[in-house]
Amino acid sequence: MVDPILQVRDLHTHFFADEGVVRAVDGTSFDLYPGRTLGIVGESGCGKSVTARSILRIVERPGRIVSGQILLRRGDGSQIDLAAQSPDSAEMRTIRGGEIGLVFQEPMSSLSAFHTVGNQIIEAVRLHSKLSKKAARDRAIELLAMVGIPRPAQRVDAYSFELSGGLRQRVMIALALAAEPGILIADEPTTALDVTTQAQILDLIRRLQQERQLAVILITHDMGVIAEMADDVVVMYLGKEVEKGPVDTIFHAPRHPYTRSLLRSIPSVLARPRDRLATIAGSIPHPFARPKGCPFHPRCPDFMPGTCDRDFPKEVAIADRHSTACHLYAS
Amino acid sequence: MSRVLDVRHLRKHFPIRRGLFGRVANHVRAVDDVSFSIDAGETLSLVGESGCGKTTTSRCILRAVEPTGGEILFRNEAGQEIDVAHLDRKGLRPLRRQMQMIFQDPFSSLNPRMTISEIIGEPLLVNGMTDTAERNARVAALLDTVQLPNAYLNRFPHAFSGGQRQRIGIARAMALNPSLIVADEPVSALDVSVQAQIVNLMLDLQDRLGIAYLFVAHDLSVVKHVSHRVAVMYVGRIVEIAPTEALFSSPRHPYSEALLSAVPVPDPRRRAQRIVLDGDVADPSSPPSGCHFHPRCRYATERCKVETPELTEIAPGHAVRCLRAEELSLQGVATG
Repeated sequence: MVDPILQVRDLHTHFFADEGVVRAVDGTSFDLYPGRTLGIVGESGCGKSVTARSILRIVERPGRIVSGQILLRRGDGSQIDLAAQSPDSAEMRTIRGGEIGLVFQEPMSSLSAFHTVGNQIIEAVRLHSKLSKKAARDRAIELLAMVGIPRPAQRVDAYSFELSGGLRQRVMIALALAAEPGILIADEPTTALDVTTQAQILDLIRRLQQERQLAVILITHDMGVIAEMADDVVVMYLGKEVEKGPVDTIFHAPRHPYTRSLLRSIPSVLARPRDRLATIAGSIPHPFARPKGCPFHPRCPDFMPGTCDRDFPKEVAIADRHSTACHLYAS
Repeated sequence: MSRVLDVRHLRKHFPIRRGLFGRVANHVRAVDDVSFSIDAGETLSLVGESGCGKTTTSRCILRAVEPTGGEILFRNEAGQEIDVAHLDRKGLRPLRRQMQMIFQDPFSSLNPRMTISEIIGEPLLVNGMTDTAERNARVAALLDTVQLPNAYLNRFPHAFSGGQRQRIGIARAMALNPSLIVADEPVSALDVSVQAQIVNLMLDLQDRLGIAYLFVAHDLSVVKHVSHRVAVMYVGRIVEIAPTEALFSSPRHPYSEALLSAVPVPDPRRRAQRIVLDGDVADPSSPPSGCHFHPRCRYATERCKVETPELTEIAPGHAVRCLRAEELSLQGVATG
């Protein structure tokens, strides 16, 4: 396999609020490869979005990266640690959008209502290249065509509110890819969309990835989307990475009790009608009240008193590229 | 089984007003001749993409929006069928007790200034249970029903998680022993691990108390777990209605087939060839001619552009609105 384009090493991003410290991301590590999709999956508060925001250095105050490395391999072969850059630096500004594109969940609020979609794409194109206005406009039309927007030469002058949710999300993807980044981060890109539109957008992301050997980080709470799209999966719970591995292993040979319970509890179109779902006891704790030791222990079916409620489990390698952080597997 | 609700030819048209004097320029046919019924203890789900009219239909039944036409026959406690669509406010009041609602967003549907006991007790108080001790006992019993500890009685909603709030919302809806509960996306705002608890709770309550649910949802996986029957809506009309297993395993309308094939299956070994629908849902203020679905339908013929299909029963309890329903063989999702 080729070298990873992005390596995240033991990333910690904390939020320093008056009420206390929220350890939103508390020790995440993964590698991202060109042409592959890394799925980060978890429920609310697991730190999946903060991980993405940390990579782009757009974590909002009072949050900040406390420690860890985010190593980006650049076009010339050199490596840069994004965690060590200033968020406002010129370097970060070229990387955001230029080398890493981002697609958010809500296409309505992440596009400007005051500028045509064309002007927003032209701005992004010109920010990262030396094209003339005319050439940038042609490029914008080309990008709209690439993401499958019908009649791109007319739509370039449309405002975002004139477009449907699916078309807006296509514009977001065109915008994210305007400067031809090597990495695309998609944070719940289809959560606000209908299932038929979701299928269109997932198809589009997959096609663009193959055409351009994009490295994609796909962040979602939806195990179905992960199963469809990801090559590798990171499962997170309350800021901690609990299990990671190839998608087939995560779905067919999961080890961590959280991954197992989560997979059992998801409703499926393959189920028998009116079948009861397996449940996970309790609910996700408040971030200020994170349980000691393994954060999943109060809900865990395999809870071992005296161990799980005392120390956070170390990451244990199960197989090549498959590891989990659970005391059950500690040697 | 006794019928709780019988909706006949329900229509809701919203006027589009233009110009200085608000001249009515056109209508959005949000609900356009919808008919279905629900038995006691049964769940009927309404599914479809956003804008298909599923939420408007459910709101018409509760008279949260005024229907434009049609009948909504509801069987009251005394066993009489009453047309909810044509009742005045006074006539509606006794029926409101028997039809309740569970909302999507457990964060905005509970009053933050009221304690849990006040929230659940309010419908009881409004309906004449003025004795505090009696009311408190009933509230405690309801909390028990939704599996929340009685210690929570005097807390405020902000102290609860999304799943717990949804339980409180269910307890409130159950307070007056309704025979029908309209649940509009009741689990879509919840985390997966919590969603399963609420789905199971709703199933258990139904089995125990024989409540009928009208379940409005876009997530077909959840729908499969809760429904006895499913109605698929497209641009204000029911295009297919069938028992759950029949609809999922052998859909007869091309739109149902496309919807089912778009659902991501949580198994990487089943990355199916999906039918990707082109374009967006038709505009309900100027729907396409003939069959509303024909511009997106991969089986459409010239006939579909001009002829409007009727909802036709093709098997017991299974009706389809498609001109080619008899000849097409469509792909569903098998159970297991």
